Amino acid sequence: MRNDITRRDALALGLSAAALAAGTPANAQSAIKAADVPAPKLAIEKGATLRMLRPVRFVQADEDVFRANATKFTKETGVEVKVDFVGWEDINQQTAVTANSGAGPDIIIGFSDAPHIYIDKLIELTDVADYVGKKYGGWLPLAQRYGKKNKSDAWIGLPFGATAGPLIYRKSILQSVGFDKVPEDHAGILDLSQKLHKAGKPAGFALGNAKGDGNGFANWALWSHNASLLDEEGNVIINSKETIAALNWVKQIYPTFIAGTPSWNDVSNNRAYSSQEISLTANGVSLYFSLKNDPATKAIADDSEHQLLPKGLAKVSPMAGLTLNAMVFKHSPYPNAAKAFLQYMLEKDQYEPWLNANSGYWSQPLAAYAEAAVWKGDPKVSIFKDTMNSTYYDGYKGPISTATGAVSADYVLIQMCASVATSAATPEAAAAEAEQRCKRYFRRQK
Amino acid sequence: MSVTTLSSQALAQRQPSWLVRLFDYKPFLIVMCLAPAIGLLAVFLTYPLGLGIWLAFTDTTIGRRGVFVGFENFQYLLTDPLWWNAVFYSVVYTGIATFGKFALGFWLALLLNNHFPFKSILRAIILLPWIVPTVLSALAFWWIYDPQFSIISYLLVDVLHWRSTNVDFLGSAWPARFSLIAANIWRGIPFVAISLLAGLQTISPSLYEAAMLDGASAWQRFRYITFPMMMPILAIVMTFSIIFTFTDFQLVYAITRGGPVNSTHLLATLAFQRGIAGGELGEGAAIAVSMIPFLIFATLFSYFGLARRKWQQGESND
Repeated sequence: MRNDITRRDALALGLSAAALAAGTPANAQSAIKAADVPAPKLAIEKGATLRMLRPVRFVQADEDVFRANATKFTKETGVEVKVDFVGWEDINQQTAVTANSGAGPDIIIGFSDAPHIYIDKLIELTDVADYVGKKYGGWLPLAQRYGKKNKSDAWIGLPFGATAGPLIYRKSILQSVGFDKVPEDHAGILDLSQKLHKAGKPAGFALGNAKGDGNGFANWALWSHNASLLDEEGNVIINSKETIAALNWVKQIYPTFIAGTPSWNDVSNNRAYSSQEISLTANGVSLYFSLKNDPATKAIADDSEHQLLPKGLAKVSPMAGLTLNAMVFKHSPYPNAAKAFLQYMLEKDQYEPWLNANSGYWSQPLAAYAEAAVWKGDPKVSIFKDTMNSTYYDGYKGPISTATGAVSADYVLIQMCASVATSAATPEAAAAEAEQRCKRYFRRQK
Repeated sequence: MSVTTLSSQALAQRQPSWLVRLFDYKPFLIVMCLAPAIGLLAVFLTYPLGLGIWLAFTDTTIGRRGVFVGFENFQYLLTDPLWWNAVFYSVVYTGIATFGKFALGFWLALLLNNHFPFKSILRAIILLPWIVPTVLSALAFWWIYDPQFSIISYLLVDVLHWRSTNVDFLGSAWPARFSLIAANIWRGIPFVAISLLAGLQTISPSLYEAAMLDGASAWQRFRYITFPMMMPILAIVMTFSIIFTFTDFQLVYAITRGGPVNSTHLLATLAFQRGIAGGELGEGAAIAVSMIPFLIFATLFSYFGLARRKWQQGESND
């Protein structure tokens, strides 16, 4: 039996790989095209030093290459950069303290909606965003959604990448019950899930208070039925006939899941899949790599396939990515140095080795980086390449705000699905309760 | 030999200075002696408590300074089924867990009060659940209750063949609630047992000897000597136990995070969920403040439980 720490260790490519990635001239075999665009003139302040926070690495090489790039920046510009890595659960609180106190790091890389929450405390990054956008094939849709101020072309964050949670399934088990892959329609998914349950290798999707996987399943259940939390104007429309249809479907499919999913957290599905208790779930690339890198479980990895979340009634796969989003605070005495640093890190010579070192865990926000070597190696990883092409995001399809993040953090949508699945509430009652809670969060956003 | 006399000016100089006289002034001295303690209380107790209560009356969120909204947060909570659910479970959790801890803890204390070999070692072992960090024991229980990998399920299904399926401890409301209560009882028993054992050892053996000479049975000795003599310490330990249990956070947050379907939220976990994770600092503070009446009740319970015992004031007990 394995735990999360072990998987992280298994994922780590090691210092040597990182050093190789950082030290190899990016232009040597790069297929990435860069347009000839003049860089913005950023007069770096005399004596500038920078301090930044970013979420802790999931892959060791992420940190190693990131630090190596920062050191290169210092050598080239003379600007000292101190990078601190903090836990994923802590980054929001530290950003809040920084924003409220007006002191602390000059730059924070937070998650998806963070710049929208602290918008008044941030400097615009439009000049840098426009420059790297034009140079590297344009920003992908999810990057634009999270990077730009709502209904504006002003950039308040610079997305560095996103990670997604598509389906992962056991090819041989699906074939044994008559399927080559997971169907795209709800009836087909239900049929498959019933057959997997009968075969003793059921599906399992988190319905517990799991920030990543639980919200991923709840959002997918809603979006694939064309339901959403908000309309384009930001009105809460969760209590809709589409939501009721989604909840009725969740109620139907839940009995086919392995027992215990309402108590699952973010590592539960990893463990159940690794121990061959389940044959279908949704997860990031980390699960596949942990299986692949361990000789004891390599056979499971060989028998596993990834697939985008089924469309259902949606036109494209309704899958949002968790995005790294960089912010520069107004209280920084060195705003130009901060912008120059972020620009430097997104340039090909730095970004490409970093992207490759992440082995597919983070996918690029700029179109040109789709040609990076990381996407041409293991075909089972290439599905993660288009994560930031998604048009779905937390709070879809309304404007991003503090409240959209709060609804996700408070597990409102997961609990709505779980209460119906476990017959603790009717679909109508669950949707009404979720609506009440969401309206509470959104009461100041209008 | 010459004799010199002090001038009136010199005499005046030997008078105590104003500073010395100031410190000789009793009211000032009292204020000065109490100031450090009052300062510490103000900084570490009054300020956080006051700030929490103030936040409860504002609509502050993370990243946004709030404004005074009066009782709006409390009015909302009264309409929030999840808050009522947390109140209900907090009371149930505290009631059942406290009863369990006292029943088992008192029984354990009575056993440990007897003479038997390796008494000291056994008493030290009993303390283990108490000294293990709460999060560590919570993680252990999380594994014990895991729907797929529970050791209990393994024993019942794979070893004893008493069941055909795993026990789903945390997958539905009431099993999850009772699972958490069991974990809390396990963790709390040592505190109760050791505290009550200390009380038992203060009871004079002569009382038991006299009772035995009078022909009192074991039950009568417990009913008329042990239990009344233990009442003061029972009241104090119970007050602490109720407060610790009612304000529990770590066990619940580490094992269920309030799930499944929000059925295991205590007021403390709900306050954290809303205030920190959800960013609604004002509402989270209001939930925390709503715990105060329950905690005051627990304190008053202890106060009156003790105060009515006159012998503690040097008088004979009625």
